[in-house]
Amino acid sequence: MSIIIAQDVHKVYRMGEVNVPALRGVSFKIESGVFASFVGPSGSGKTTLLNLIGCLDQLTDGQLTVADQDVSALNYTERARFRGDHIGFIFQDFNLIPVLTVYENVEYPLVMVKNVPKNRRKEKVLSLLEAVGMSDQRDKFPNQISGGQKQRLATARALTTDPKLVLADEPTANLDSATAYKIIELMRKLSREIGTTFVFSTHDTKIISEVDTVYTLEDGMITGTLIQKGAE
Amino acid sequence: MIKIFKIALRNLYRQKRRTYLTMSIVAFGVLAVLLFTAVAGSFKNMMIGQITDSMLGHLQIHKKGYVNSLDSLPLNMMITIEQIEKLQEVLDGIPEIEAYSFRILLGGMLSNYVETTNIRLAAIDPENETSVTPLLKDRLLGGNFLVKGEMLVPDLIAKGFGAKVADDIVIIANNAEGSVNGKSLKISGIMESVVGPTGKYGYIDIEDALDILRMEQMEINEVAVRLKRIEDLERVVAHLQSTLGTMQNKEGKLVFEIHTWDKLSPFSSIANMIDVLALFIKVILVAIVLISIMNVMVMAVYERVKEIGTLAAIGTLPWKIRIIFVCEGLFMGIFGAVVGSIVGVGAILAVKFSHFTITFGRSDNILLNPDISLMQISLTALVVVIVSIIAVIEPAYKASKLEPIEALRKG
Repeated sequence: MSIIIAQDVHKVYRMGEVNVPALRGVSFKIESGVFASFVGPSGSGKTTLLNLIGCLDQLTDGQLTVADQDVSALNYTERARFRGDHIGFIFQDFNLIPVLTVYENVEYPLVMVKNVPKNRRKEKVLSLLEAVGMSDQRDKFPNQISGGQKQRLATARALTTDPKLVLADEPTANLDSATAYKIIELMRKLSREIGTTFVFSTHDTKIISEVDTVYTLEDGMITGTLIQKGAE
Repeated sequence: MIKIFKIALRNLYRQKRRTYLTMSIVAFGVLAVLLFTAVAGSFKNMMIGQITDSMLGHLQIHKKGYVNSLDSLPLNMMITIEQIEKLQEVLDGIPEIEAYSFRILLGGMLSNYVETTNIRLAAIDPENETSVTPLLKDRLLGGNFLVKGEMLVPDLIAKGFGAKVADDIVIIANNAEGSVNGKSLKISGIMESVVGPTGKYGYIDIEDALDILRMEQMEINEVAVRLKRIEDLERVVAHLQSTLGTMQNKEGKLVFEIHTWDKLSPFSSIANMIDVLALFIKVILVAIVLISIMNVMVMAVYERVKEIGTLAAIGTLPWKIRIIFVCEGLFMGIFGAVVGSIVGVGAILAVKFSHFTITFGRSDNILLNPDISLMQISLTALVVVIVSIIAVIEPAYKASKLEPIEALRKG
């Protein structure tokens, strides 16, 4: 069953008087539960594509279905609700909330997005912190932990609401290669254990060996698909 | 909601110096308003007290149309004995009234057997009059207070006339029928002249006035009334209007008119001016709170664009983002209002117990007694809190409407 279906997706940005095409008729399907990646150089359209899938941006033309929802039909508030219900985000710069502790960062979507009661929140947050190896850091603030820990924390936050899909835009870009590899391994492990679909973008070809399905992007078009394992 | 409060408080704590500075500005504004309101209120009450207690009383009752003719001191607009009895019956039935005094205002000539001059006179019952205007005796510059057969002469006339205490004088006046009558009196005291409707009047006993005017029975043209509490003035006037104010004579015309002290004294405009100044200070407070908090919150939104983008990206609904910012502004307003109120009350008490004195009218060393009600403090704090919310609405709305993709990119 496909969680993402893109059909001839176009995205054009208006820069002053000039139209700049970022995606030029992208079509693909990503099945539920796979660990997939968009790979390509800077400016190839990876981030744009993830932003469209994540309902952070709106496509110019084509059709995009995410978790059985035609996302091009959603308004501002509906997109916010859809993101909260179905999608987890991991950002390149971690984007943790600086005034919240490690525990509270993971708890935040359960409180502010899902309105989950306190006792159920605690159980969920502690299990996720355990899963990402951050239990002993729970009372620290984001500025008191390392880059790798921040990304593990961001991964835990992305999974808090049990989303069908986790999108990660260049999640390893700000990490050294050893830490980057560990983060990808962690994501992959969680994807397997929880069954959540992970889609991330990267230009680091060394880490794509861990990925089930790789889409290669260039100049806003998919130029190759590599199905390695587990995606069939 | 507790989580939102926690996030808002921690966000405020991120920029401690800026937050404290803004709250201090708000607190200073509240302090200024409370202190000014209390001190100005004290001054106003003291000023009103001086005017009402030394000359006017809290309210006056006349024959309809008398106040408009006051300059000519007409003797054909007198309140008759029957009407006086009716008046007494009504006034005695109002528990808020402390005392009332009947007066005859008349114009005449004052002669010391060498020179003669015009004089305006208030004929009073000394005992009743001092109950209504207890500071009247304080205007005495020399001699003794009034007794029958004697007179209090205003200082300006006494100076020009070379009159002294115990001098013999003659008062000559026309009565209502036009006949001229006179009476010899002794100067019992010299009164200080003051600004106001009867401020430069001489005083004689009402029974002496009846002799001079050849009245066979008591007739008056003014009743001065003192209340136990000036706060009851509106209520008492309303009651008098409904009883005396609607009373008609045989011709179907209204008999009485009732005026409060502020309708009779030019000082009422100064009292109003104090109220306007207090209002002006409050408007400045609103502006301070509005501009300070709006400025800080606009900066906060600008600084936290990426964070707002993150909150929106992970599914926080716009209204919840708005609430976070509204809470931040609200807390600044609440803290500023609370601190300002506490410091303000402290400052008021400090002025009160420092026994700060001023000079006004008849009295030197009038103790400034600033006071403020809990209602006024609460109202000021409430206005600050409401204005704080208003100040943050625009930045909060802007934050909630940021496109997450743009916000994440800008950060």
